[in-house]
Amino acid sequence: MVNLETSDVVLSYGSKRVVDDLDFIVPEGKITAIIGPNGSGKSTCLRGLARVLRPAEGVITLNGRDIHAQPTKAVAKQIGLLPQGPTTPSGVTVLDLVRRGRYPHQRLFDQWSTEDEVAVGNALILTGLEDDLDQYVDHLSGGQRQRAWIAMALAQETDLMLLDEPTTHLDIAHQVEVLDLLRDLNRTEGRTVVMVLHDINQGCRYADHVVAMNDGRIANQGAPEEVVNSQMMQEVFGLAAVVISDPVTGTPLCVPDVVDKGAGREA
Amino acid sequence: MNLLSLAAPSLQTLSYLVVAFVSVAIAISFSRRIATSQRVLRCRIFSSLTDLRVLRLCTGTLVLTIFLALLGLEVGEYPIPRFEAIKTALWSRGGEFDFVVNSLRFPRVLAALLAGFCLAISGALFQSLLGNPLVSPDVIGINTGAALCAVFVLTVGADLSVLPWAAFVGAVLTAIVIYSLAWKQGVNGSRLVLIGIGINALLASGITYLMVKYPIERVVAAARWQVGSLFGSSWSDVRILALGVAIITPLALFLVPKLRLLQLGDELAIGLGSRVEMDRMAIIVVASAYAAIAVAVIGPLGFVALLVPHMVRLIVGSLTGGVLLLTGLVGALFLLGCDLVAQQLFAPTTLPVGVVTAALGGPYFLFILVRYNRAL
Repeated sequence: MVNLETSDVVLSYGSKRVVDDLDFIVPEGKITAIIGPNGSGKSTCLRGLARVLRPAEGVITLNGRDIHAQPTKAVAKQIGLLPQGPTTPSGVTVLDLVRRGRYPHQRLFDQWSTEDEVAVGNALILTGLEDDLDQYVDHLSGGQRQRAWIAMALAQETDLMLLDEPTTHLDIAHQVEVLDLLRDLNRTEGRTVVMVLHDINQGCRYADHVVAMNDGRIANQGAPEEVVNSQMMQEVFGLAAVVISDPVTGTPLCVPDVVDKGAGREA
Repeated sequence: MNLLSLAAPSLQTLSYLVVAFVSVAIAISFSRRIATSQRVLRCRIFSSLTDLRVLRLCTGTLVLTIFLALLGLEVGEYPIPRFEAIKTALWSRGGEFDFVVNSLRFPRVLAALLAGFCLAISGALFQSLLGNPLVSPDVIGINTGAALCAVFVLTVGADLSVLPWAAFVGAVLTAIVIYSLAWKQGVNGSRLVLIGIGINALLASGITYLMVKYPIERVVAAARWQVGSLFGSSWSDVRILALGVAIITPLALFLVPKLRLLQLGDELAIGLGSRVEMDRMAIIVVASAYAAIAVAVIGPLGFVALLVPHMVRLIVGSLTGGVLLLTGLVGALFLLGCDLVAQQLFAPTTLPVGVVTAALGGPYFLFILVRYNRAL
């Protein structure tokens, strides 16, 4: 299992502080959704957790030790990251891409062990890509391409997966497909998932734990039912919204309470 | 007029050339049809995934290369029967053909093979690292940087043994300058190409300056650093190249998995456990070193590093260790072929090999430019 914690972490680009005083313990074995308006520091927070961004202040610990003091390859066996809109190198096939996810497990002469083969096979089957091995990734449709990237992250076989908006640029059916896949992974294999989501309703539907961020700080966190309510929507997003119960799952469902757009524009 | 004094290309050479072109075209279209299949090699701590298609292509290229190398020993102003040529090159010493084979042709053939290998691999590493086929050491000025330092060493009359080192320093410094100038929250391939072309022009003018400034008897020795030529390659050249290849190639193969991560972008590479800045610097140094040893021996030869890796990638796909070696072999074959053409086409007048690679590479360069800009 992995225990990832941040204490008093400040993340900044140059002199610009983007995330302030982040105190966060990643809930083990659960799905966590980070929500918040644009520019609230969601993605930056995820980049910090994934050690892509070194904290300006504070410390991020993995299993009790500073994550930046540990060998990065060892960390990569425990934490996987799928950034938003990754660049696909041209001429790379699905199989080739997914294999690259095995890098942290490979050693100098042990470049393709039986474990590597099994992990790649499993990742391809879980994402339903086993028939598209020789397709070029940059020729795939958006949904399939995203599945290929997720397959690569799966092949890494980490207990904790960090995903930055895994559903952007996908139509609603593919969004649901990707999120279902992540939930299955969580339920059947016990993997911890932390993802940044734009869609609050999807966050409520799939996550066990919701973190609402605003202005670089955690405004509120907890179970979806505790966090997502009309007061939070007003404070964090500045949007008047009615929160009802999702007719299918019973989780919170936000409906913006702005009917007369003309009136909104004048004000 | 120099041009008029060139003999017309002999019919025999021309027909050989046509046959060679047609067979290359057939070989390429055939190689695209070989199905990919993979085998895993495993024993104890060793395991490796081998693409049989790449292996077959490597074998095919090797066979062709050996054939062409034999041809290189046989033909010339003083034709030598095939068996005699092999015999003289491999074991028989002091015979009738000893001087021609072992002092003139054999080192030249080996130098062409090794330099082609180095240039092609250098190009493959640069192109794959920055994801842009135009980022090759000859286009962005790495070769010229190496050549400038080499010419400097020659013209000031320093010890010739430092020449490869000077070329290496020149290549790495140029690479670092270009890379840091192109850095703007990450490096964009197209931006790097434009900066590299500027640097290339600057360095080339530096070479011209040195050639003009220093006395003619020193400049003559530096003349090959204008276009690139294999004329007068000696065993000491071959030794430098062979030593360089033997040292750098294991490093390059070791860096290939890291390069494959960097291709995914910095964030993913970090997430997968790559030490991004260090790995990238190591790859740039290794790629520059390859370019440098080739340039130290044959001068800033253009287009091999641009054309060969791109062509190989079109046929077999993205970079792996096997693809890297295949690129090197094809580069060796290509440069040797070009050198034979350069020697034979207008025999008895010989051309510098750089003229032939440029004649073939120029149109290919345009092809990449047009194709790549459309893809953007």
